[in-house]
Amino acid sequence: MVRFMNTAWQLLTQIKITDMRKIAIYGKGGIGKSTTTQNTVAGLVEAGKNIMVVGCDPKADSTRLLLGGLAQKTVLDTLREEGEDVDLDDIVRPGYGGVRCVESGGPEPGVGCAGRGIITSINMLEQLGAWDDKYEIDYTFYDVLGDVVCGGFAMPIREGKAEEIYIVVSGEMMAMYAANNICKGIQKYAQNGVVRLGGLICNSRNVDHESDMIEELARKLGTQMIHFVPRDNVVQRAEIHRKTVIEYEPEHGQADEYRKLSNAINDNEMFVIPTPLEMEELEKLLIDFGIDA
Amino acid sequence: MVKKLDITQGLPDPSKVMDEIMAKYPTKIAKKRQKSLVVNDPAEGKEIQANVRTIPGIITQRGCTYAGCKGVVLGPTRDIINLVHGPIGCSFYAWLTRRNQTRPAEGEDNFITYSFSTDIQDSNIVFGGEAKLKDAVREAFEIFKPKAIGIFSTCPVGLIGDDVHSVSREMKEELGINIFGFSCEGYRGVSQSAGHHIANNGVFKNVIGNNNRERIGKYQINLLGEYNIGGDAFELERLFDEAGITLLSTFSGNSTIESMEYSHMADLNLIMCHRSINYIAEMMEEKYGIPWVKVSFIGAEGSAKALRKVAEYFDDAELSAKVEEIIEREMKKVETVREAVKAKTEGKLAMMFVGGSRAHHYQDLFTEIGVTTVSAGYEFAHRDDYEGRDVIPSIKIDADTRNIEDLTVEKDLELYREDLAVKKEKLLKNGYEFSNYDGMMPEMKKNSLVIDDINHWETEKLIEYYKPDIFCAGIKEKYVVQKSGVPLKQLHSYDYGGPYAGFEGAINFYLEMERMLCTRIWKMVTTPWKTDPEIVGSFAINE
Repeated sequence: MVRFMNTAWQLLTQIKITDMRKIAIYGKGGIGKSTTTQNTVAGLVEAGKNIMVVGCDPKADSTRLLLGGLAQKTVLDTLREEGEDVDLDDIVRPGYGGVRCVESGGPEPGVGCAGRGIITSINMLEQLGAWDDKYEIDYTFYDVLGDVVCGGFAMPIREGKAEEIYIVVSGEMMAMYAANNICKGIQKYAQNGVVRLGGLICNSRNVDHESDMIEELARKLGTQMIHFVPRDNVVQRAEIHRKTVIEYEPEHGQADEYRKLSNAINDNEMFVIPTPLEMEELEKLLIDFGIDA
Repeated sequence: MVKKLDITQGLPDPSKVMDEIMAKYPTKIAKKRQKSLVVNDPAEGKEIQANVRTIPGIITQRGCTYAGCKGVVLGPTRDIINLVHGPIGCSFYAWLTRRNQTRPAEGEDNFITYSFSTDIQDSNIVFGGEAKLKDAVREAFEIFKPKAIGIFSTCPVGLIGDDVHSVSREMKEELGINIFGFSCEGYRGVSQSAGHHIANNGVFKNVIGNNNRERIGKYQINLLGEYNIGGDAFELERLFDEAGITLLSTFSGNSTIESMEYSHMADLNLIMCHRSINYIAEMMEEKYGIPWVKVSFIGAEGSAKALRKVAEYFDDAELSAKVEEIIEREMKKVETVREAVKAKTEGKLAMMFVGGSRAHHYQDLFTEIGVTTVSAGYEFAHRDDYEGRDVIPSIKIDADTRNIEDLTVEKDLELYREDLAVKKEKLLKNGYEFSNYDGMMPEMKKNSLVIDDINHWETEKLIEYYKPDIFCAGIKEKYVVQKSGVPLKQLHSYDYGGPYAGFEGAINFYLEMERMLCTRIWKMVTTPWKTDPEIVGSFAINE
């Protein structure tokens, strides 16, 4: 049995060190997943990496900063309009530094099933050979809507689609609560699959003792705070110009923060099955850091 | 030769075999199942657990809510298009499987031979299926110009939140015909019973009362819960016609949506299948003052009793005389066949697990030919179908039941039949019974085993124990039971036979039972492992 487990583990780690890294970014709605993802991607592009970004949000705004606007036709829209006859070039658009950008898209709010849409869309991309060797992709980033609301939004962490998860979090209660919930989802799929948690990205909201608190949350979850991204208005200004900070003001200190985050992810070797907290434990953490300290 | 169960001293107490059945279950499941298996004692009036969730992993007989709504209640009506909103399977596998017959007049619409579906695909799930549904409604209207269209929701439709009711309203406005929807997703209730209730609500809200048609007969009645399987309704129509009783509408065997629209002009409602349709009868009485009585036209005695009950209600000498004349003539025909068959079938044993009324009604037919029902139960009935309507106030309303809307009905001040209310009062004083159903258990023998929602494990054990001569159930049980050497008669679809209702029906049933019970074929079935226990086989790989 032990030998079997060892062999299985070796197999898993071998999968991990295959050429392309597959990363999914999760986090509470409005926490800055898309912004953080795109800025991180911009950092990796600067470092010469070949990247694909798959937006998994019906709003289809995960690649706006890389494409300089919401000009992209989504996978599901294309599928609906063209029927079966879909060409990869219809749905993959080159963005900043040659990043291959895809938006899965989805129904209008209040209609249909967005979760099912994500499943259909990722399957479609695979069938069309979006990850073909000829593209020499180093990284795929899945940027996933808000909380994990149903099986569809868990798609990127199922069936080995994504192997590394980073959760964007802040020191706010609900953001931490969501992060903990996402860890429950990862734990569930990690038992039978290759998906692992790579770390928490703290996107600062200027909460008291935020860095320490997230470090402690990360420790309790069995992971790390991979980087603390301070709050700066330049992010907002760059967004208005439909650009990442790295493209908009490459000399700015905030651009360096994103570069640091990119490097940390590039060098990351800590991949774990998280240990989610009980509700009481999570609340205690808030009291310890938010009130007493 | 298998030793027959001796029932000359009354039925044996089956407690021991029940213990054997329970011993196989995990403790928690045994605790739950125990309440659904009851050793009957008509003198004592025991309580049975019914209409609760089926235990996962048990092979149940039950169907789903959609099946109850679309298949059972609305399915047999010929001039409505029953459009299923969902993937194709739900529609295809519900297509004409119940053998409901219908007899359209020359030039009249008949859509029940068709299967209508929106056939939704992956992209309809993702983006919502309302647009496709609207297109399907328009297409159906264009081609068939029906009087009405009913839209039935399947499971995925409920999950993605398509609003079939608003689509119905919009299409009704656009096309100018009656269109209404049902939220009858398969998972809405513990069995098809929830679907019956949803169908009753929908028909009552959208159909009944749409046409205040002038009186067309002296004695106007509706027949509720008769689905014309194998032509049952044709036989009953023959009897009513001859007696001069006007059948306004049947819910829903051999019916039209048009007849349902004026069914509220009836003087009396007769209920056959209490479980599937009592809601409409109750609501029609509250709104229009039409009393209802429970009858059973299954069995010659029951048919005679039911006809007399109608005649007594109308209290008319001419009608009574006509009814007696019919009964006398028909019974003569019945008796000749009955006695000949009974001589061969007397003393045989039956088990039946079917429906929400049938397991009760068919016991009468068996009794008439001397066959004893040793064990029986329903698939989807409620406690009142077992123990009688007296227990209704004590039935626990659980969350699953609350999930189904209970309509609040008010008196229709213009159409309410005060005269019928007065008539009812008067008849009640003379001991005439209205709005009542005593259920199955009071009429079954002491020590007979009553089981709700029986599963295959229990079925197999009880066949071993009772060694019945015939087992009545449905297609899902048929071949499993027959492999144990016991013939199975389907009482959902009647296999290929029928009608079995009324007097002609009784004769058909006696003869069918003679055929099934008196053949030696089942004794010749020997399972191969009985003679040659070693089964040899090999894989054909790499050969």
